[in-house]
Amino acid sequence: MINRKSLELWVGLFVAAGILALAMLAFKVGNLTSADVMNSYKVTGRFDNVGGLKVKAAVTMAGVRIGRVSAIAFDNKKYQALVTMDIDGRYQIIPKDSSASILTSGLLGDQYIGIEPGGDDASLQNGDSFLRTQSALVLEKLVGQVIFNKAGESAPAK
Amino acid sequence: MNTLRILGRIVINSVERLGRAAMFLYEVMLGSWELVRRFYLVVQQVYAVGVLTLLIILVSGLFVGMVLGLQGYNTLVKFGSANSLGLLVALSLVRELGPVVTALLFAGRAGSALTAEIGLMKATEQLAGMEMMAVNPVTRVIAPRFLGGVLALPLLTALFSAIGVMGGHLVGVGLLGVDAGAFWSQMQNGVDFHDDIMNGVIKSVVFGVVVSWIAVFEGYDAVPTSEGVASATNRTVVYSSLAVLGLDFILTALTLGEV
Repeated sequence: MINRKSLELWVGLFVAAGILALAMLAFKVGNLTSADVMNSYKVTGRFDNVGGLKVKAAVTMAGVRIGRVSAIAFDNKKYQALVTMDIDGRYQIIPKDSSASILTSGLLGDQYIGIEPGGDDASLQNGDSFLRTQSALVLEKLVGQVIFNKAGESAPAK
Repeated sequence: MNTLRILGRIVINSVERLGRAAMFLYEVMLGSWELVRRFYLVVQQVYAVGVLTLLIILVSGLFVGMVLGLQGYNTLVKFGSANSLGLLVALSLVRELGPVVTALLFAGRAGSALTAEIGLMKATEQLAGMEMMAVNPVTRVIAPRFLGGVLALPLLTALFSAIGVMGGHLVGVGLLGVDAGAFWSQMQNGVDFHDDIMNGVIKSVVFGVVVSWIAVFEGYDAVPTSEGVASATNRTVVYSSLAVLGLDFILTALTLGEV
């Protein structure tokens, strides 16, 4: 049987290594340091079509992530999608007349919300909503439009 | 008629066994409280089931990570997204492979040893001897082993996942030439602390409780003969593997919330 001192040493080493591994997973593999939005505030936006936007998608401004989508719901009265976003409290400087649009990162990438700042001096507060929004691009509609336009061009030539 | 009777007997026996196992778990939990004062008993068991299992966990973690790197690269490179290799390796390890493979190895390496040890103590009447001396064997023998397993498995899982990511890095970046910066940044962007890493930790805690519970119960409930101990050890490995795989599906379905 192993003696008490080295047994304690081994167990201590084991526990320390385990906790270290967990810390490595948390900080190096995961993104515990930057992901969590600190004392955030909520803003909402109404979109005609959210496309493939998902809860937890990024909300960016000038390409920098400033928050995330916290909920997507359907508005019964206006037949629009109501998107709630959690914005980091450090960025409470979004002008009131900013516009929010749903964009796609890359050709097949995830969809996210990009905020284009306006020029108003007053900024959005907790519970406010974006006045101007731009819906997601739906590929099928786009293709349909292109075909329709082409057909329209060639029709009078006949 | 006879087959029906046999079926009935099997059902009654297994329900009865399940009930005994639940009562036993309750007793062990009660016994665990008294171990706060004699924590050294638990430390000894953490050594036996944790430190001595370390080598097999680390080696398998490294190789699982390396294989993931190799397989993932060959698939991803077809879609021109070899840079996501880090994300693929980390997510599969942290969410699924880490907890499950560690629990399976733990059941084979430590669970079977626990059952054999306790079963043999019962067969040689050491447990009965303790009771004669007014020492509660559940508190003195079973509870430390149970707690040791519960404490050791999450730590082993974290080590497995961490070394697996290293293995994936070794193959992906070192051997196949994926960009190291892309490897880590894609991983950090895609792996969420609450959703992915905590999910793995919760899984490993549940597996730790279940595997240790099955191991100590099978040992305590074994028929006190050499044959009985052998079949109890066998059952420990089979039942804990099945329980781990079944629970893994349920836990994944619960946390993803899409089923």
